[in-house]
Amino acid sequence: MAADGLHENETLASLKSEAESLKGKLEEERAKLHDVELHQVAERVEALGQFVMKTRRTLKGHGNKVLCMDWCKDKRRIVSSSQEHAVTMPCTWVMACAYAPSGCAIACGGLDNKCSVYPLTFDKNENMAAKKKSVAMHTNYLSACSFTNSDMQILTASGDGTCALWDVESGQLLQSFHGHGADVLCLDLAPSETGNTFVSGGCDKKAMVWDMRSGQCVQAFETHESDINSVRYYPSGDAFASGSDDATCRLYDLRADREVAIYSKESIIFGASSVDFSLSGRLLFAGYNDYTINVWDVLKGSRVSILFGHENRVSTLRVSPDGTAFCSGSWDHTLRVWA
Amino acid sequence: MAAGPAPLGGHPRAQKPHLSKMERVVVSMQDPDQGVKMQSQRLLITVIPHAVTGNDVVEWLIQKYCIAEDEALHLGTLLVQHGYLYPLRDPRRLLLQPDETPYRFQTPYFWMSTLWPAAELDYAIYLAKKNIRKQGALVDHEKAHYDQLHRKINHTWDLVVMQAREQLRAAKQRRKGDRLVIACQEQTYWLVNRPPPGVPSVLEQGPERGSCTARQVQMTKTVDFYKREIECCRKALGRTRVKSSVCLEAYLKFSSQRGPHDPLLSGCLPSNPWVTDDDTYWAMNAPSVAVPTKLRVEQWAFSFRELLEDPVGRAHFMDFLQTEFSAENLSFWEACEELRHGGQAQVPALVDAVYQQFLAPGAARWVNIDSRTMERTLEGLGRPHRHVLDDAQLHIYMLMKKDSYPRFLKSDLYKDLLAEAVVPLETKRRVFPFMWKPRHSSPSLALLPTSTSGEPEAAAGSPGGGDGET
Repeated sequence: MAADGLHENETLASLKSEAESLKGKLEEERAKLHDVELHQVAERVEALGQFVMKTRRTLKGHGNKVLCMDWCKDKRRIVSSSQEHAVTMPCTWVMACAYAPSGCAIACGGLDNKCSVYPLTFDKNENMAAKKKSVAMHTNYLSACSFTNSDMQILTASGDGTCALWDVESGQLLQSFHGHGADVLCLDLAPSETGNTFVSGGCDKKAMVWDMRSGQCVQAFETHESDINSVRYYPSGDAFASGSDDATCRLYDLRADREVAIYSKESIIFGASSVDFSLSGRLLFAGYNDYTINVWDVLKGSRVSILFGHENRVSTLRVSPDGTAFCSGSWDHTLRVWA
Repeated sequence: MAAGPAPLGGHPRAQKPHLSKMERVVVSMQDPDQGVKMQSQRLLITVIPHAVTGNDVVEWLIQKYCIAEDEALHLGTLLVQHGYLYPLRDPRRLLLQPDETPYRFQTPYFWMSTLWPAAELDYAIYLAKKNIRKQGALVDHEKAHYDQLHRKINHTWDLVVMQAREQLRAAKQRRKGDRLVIACQEQTYWLVNRPPPGVPSVLEQGPERGSCTARQVQMTKTVDFYKREIECCRKALGRTRVKSSVCLEAYLKFSSQRGPHDPLLSGCLPSNPWVTDDDTYWAMNAPSVAVPTKLRVEQWAFSFRELLEDPVGRAHFMDFLQTEFSAENLSFWEACEELRHGGQAQVPALVDAVYQQFLAPGAARWVNIDSRTMERTLEGLGRPHRHVLDDAQLHIYMLMKKDSYPRFLKSDLYKDLLAEAVVPLETKRRVFPFMWKPRHSSPSLALLPTSTSGEPEAAAGSPGGGDGET
């Protein structure tokens, strides 16, 4: 009915403006307690010396672009996924992959809108695809996945704008997380004592922190100027870093409830696709779409080093569980381990 | 060109930010005062104005962005690969040579942001022109494209050939210099948009994002969406915030404390296996090793969470709790973890098992929870779910953290572990990530004052990534 339609639009417009004004107030509140910048506080910290880091291994198994990788907890094995070509299947992008904490299974998914779990077997004769279990079902591509503390639950992020928590055994949806206004591209679980939150980033330029139990958004940050491709917690769990198509990485503090640092340089023009911290949180490694990896001093905000080697976009980057190295995957079909 | 700028994609997603940034760079490179030095370039018998050398481009980037030569060369190469600069002499390869090789700035008409995606018809005309000029001797991949297009748009082929002939005729009317420049510009445009085999395409964007506009509209414009945002904002406004100075100080403390434990920052003993191919470090730090290293034992004092996360640490803590007759607390906590992270199907059985063992009156390993939490928990047990024990678990966790954990760190058990812990000798080959302070096998960095009381802090100037402060 015309009258109802009009009412609907008025409500929508007023809700939208209410949301905008609340966001403005929130920024004001956040600014009130911001009494010092990180680089000022970090002036006392000794600068890092000259950085010497090299590719120690180059892995060339993939026949196509490497899109995602994850380390096994044994610190030595890696799972990676790529854009696959197969005789019987059309070309599919497998954009997300994760190692199970036990090391006995992996999860992956992508343009098939699903996240599937494959138990790992060392028996070469066994057909891994036959044992595959479809766990998550989204209505658009799967962009990221991660096991929680055990092999039995998986957290997923999707191009359908939602994140979801699933029971692996039954495929049951345990909790869903709504709030992003566009594709969700990445997620990371918090290393907290209570282990109940995670952060996600998306095409709506927002990074959102979620309560896994209630499904509610706990905190949201909207300072990036473009898609957020990667989010990763600072090792203490009190902050997280993000990498974006706006060519910057940023640090958000959860207790101060605001952005506290921007890692950018005028000469860095291409988007950051993937970020991770070294064990102490002093270094931030970021892979970019211009084929390079930049190493940032998290405290001082300066760039420590730029690493060349890949011949195409760096699409994924993770520090090993014991912090002895990090691995980067690229559209040049290779993975490199750096130390 | 036959067609004008084509409409972008099929959906109004913002153009990739890196393109506009590159365009700003090349615009400032062409600034008459601050830009790259322009000169006229002689090519055979023609003189081409407004050319720059590869060397000057690199130098300019070094000055403008305060970067080293390798980064400047890399950035310059990206500009050429994206077609914003083209080589005058050998326009078949889009590379930046850091020498006297001449380049020119691409006309904005051919910029990636202006004329994308490249129209098939235009490519056909371009190839037809080349075909006519070279009398059929096209390069392999261009020949393949030509044949393919000929088949595909056969019905308009007359138009293609006609346009090609017309363009060639018009070109003949121009001065030699202009003709050369236009040919280079066009060739560069097609090298970017139809790269030869083996050359990665800079146009590839990966899987489409925000693909379904309708879906996006749906997501952003529902009443529910805004209600959720408002709710989230209201809650956020109500939360307690901590001053930035306090938060940021915490990073300094955290990073300096962890610096020596960070192999990529401070190296690791005896050596980093990835660097020296010696696995000893991994063997010595295996999850369940008989004698842990000193650094590892020290890390148990950093936080309760880290003690529990380490299976060896947790086992020793359990031993300690046994001496205090409170081991059931840790066992209870472990059982709750299993519930929270376990399979859905196991929930009822696990909840029941936990109740029988830890919570029921007269249970064998009864845990001491405050009455209110106990009441709430017991109520919830009627309808068991993964989070039904969360409150009780948190209560016990805090009890251990505030009470047993500090006592553990002061205990003889822990002190003995520290004393017996291994400090590996470094291998002869010194390879450190940072070329300033090599690690020593001597007593490691200061423990925090909260751990072993009374001990003086280690002297400043200690090895590793710390700043000597605690």
